[in-house]
Amino acid sequence: MTLLTLWLLSVLIFAGGHILPGNVGRAMLGPFADPTAVEVLNHQMGTDRPVLVQYADWIAGFVTGDMGESYAYRSPVAPFLITALLNSAKLAAVAFVLVVPLGILGGVVAALHRGKAADRVLSVVGLSATVVPEFVSGIVLILIFGVWLDWFPISATWRDGAGPFTQLYHLILPSIPLVLILFGYIARMARAGMIEALDADYTRTAVLKGLSYRQVIWRHVLRNALLPTISVVATQIVYLIGGLVVIEILFRYQGIGSLIYTAAKKKDFPMLQAGVMAIGGLFALTTLLADLLYARLNPRIRFGGRE
Amino acid sequence: MTDPGTEESAHDYTWRNDLRRLFRSVTFDIGAVIVLFWVGCAIFGPSLVPHDPFADDLLNSLMPPSSDHWFGTDQLGRDVFSRVIVGARDILTVAPIATVLSTILGTALGLTMGYFGGLVDEALSRLVDAVLALPTVIVALLALTALGTSTVTVLVVIAFSFAPIIARTVRSAVLTEVRLDYIAAAELRRESTLYILFVEILPNVLPPILVETTVRLGYAIFTVATLSFIGFGIQPPSPDWGLSISANYGMISGGFWWTVLFDSLAIASLVVGINLVADGIESTLND
Repeated sequence: MTLLTLWLLSVLIFAGGHILPGNVGRAMLGPFADPTAVEVLNHQMGTDRPVLVQYADWIAGFVTGDMGESYAYRSPVAPFLITALLNSAKLAAVAFVLVVPLGILGGVVAALHRGKAADRVLSVVGLSATVVPEFVSGIVLILIFGVWLDWFPISATWRDGAGPFTQLYHLILPSIPLVLILFGYIARMARAGMIEALDADYTRTAVLKGLSYRQVIWRHVLRNALLPTISVVATQIVYLIGGLVVIEILFRYQGIGSLIYTAAKKKDFPMLQAGVMAIGGLFALTTLLADLLYARLNPRIRFGGRE
Repeated sequence: MTDPGTEESAHDYTWRNDLRRLFRSVTFDIGAVIVLFWVGCAIFGPSLVPHDPFADDLLNSLMPPSSDHWFGTDQLGRDVFSRVIVGARDILTVAPIATVLSTILGTALGLTMGYFGGLVDEALSRLVDAVLALPTVIVALLALTALGTSTVTVLVVIAFSFAPIIARTVRSAVLTEVRLDYIAAAELRRESTLYILFVEILPNVLPPILVETTVRLGYAIFTVATLSFIGFGIQPPSPDWGLSISANYGMISGGFWWTVLFDSLAIASLVVGINLVADGIESTLND
């Protein structure tokens, strides 16, 4: 299933990079370039071959780790992609470490105060934070904490050889817009899971057995409530990556987002396609891992007791 | 046999009742006021603002807020207040059109998937999954690079990347409808498929479509603003908010906060306003 989705994705991306621009050489050299130069360039890049041959070549290369050569840098794409992915992973990790506990806490608090003011406020604030574009919250954060208070650096890029704490210090401010985007989703899922668990019969049984409130919440409700949240957290990685493009531009950080952006600006199609394909692959991978983790944590699936 | 007249008025009554409850919702009212304010700015802004939003005045560039320029001036000496007001115009044209396109496309897709089921549903579902695996901004970057930056491309990209989400919502709403008797009755009458899809099923799945459309409008504004910020959306010399922020944020460490803060607050207030409206509609329909 995942493979099928990935294959469809590869076709879409290939179409985006190879077929839509029409004449790739012309698109790169501009409308006033010499026709012979365009032809030579197309021949060099192999873009004058039949479309199916190009696709087969591209996808075969991708599977074996050869992602083609960047038009802009005239060198293989893969090393650029790996460095960028590692940098983005650092930023995403900081955002996730902050947002997952916060989101779950928010959802749990909302569920325990269901229908009251705290629930309503958390829901409206959470959803509002989710729809404000990252660059908008980023600008406001830079103004307040970077320029006026001068607590954090306004560029995410650190000097070469900086220690992990310096790196972390640079990544705090850029990660907050991502936290704001994700908080609402995670809190909402955690809240829904909590409410379902709170209303379940086993919870009533636990209460009637005379267990303390704390024991009921920790041992019976939370365990069941947070299971569905895991799969949501995994799918949120896509939103996170969409946000990375903007955040990495705003905070001048060399990650996968700025790699795709630069490639798009320079019409560097091999780089662009490799970057987008990597994101699609990452999405498929995280979805798969989330399913496995969910199955691992859920005894009903773990012991093969299918309904 | 029921008198069609009374049926009509009963339907009318619940509709009015919903509307009354909607207006009583505080979040909806606040959201509606914010959205209407910006729509007003988009329509009447150009004739109301104190300065020409496009007029350069290099002698007065980067002036902080004053009584003459309430929000200060940008690097070309243009009045920021006037630009923020008129800046509502382009985004409030592009985003709603994109949303309507994606709703039409997504509804048609969702009706087809839900009604036919089987292989058609399976194939289209996989395609939907593939599109949803990529963030909209990334899809847009790929398409805009390949096709060239233009407003039409932005519209098409947003329409195509939002349609699957709407299709998913419509599909699940249709699935609960297709088993009902009125569909079987229509099929027995040998109504055409198009008639069953759009005349029989569509009116019954309108509420979730309405909610989804309002939510998508918020995200369309999110996406258009983001694309404008990275230079692939609305193009200069428009006083668009995202575009202004992208032109001015480089000077942020110089302390010229007024060139970016008001545009940021404008975008934030508009998306939050639409979100409050969507939240109000959703909770009214679900109760």
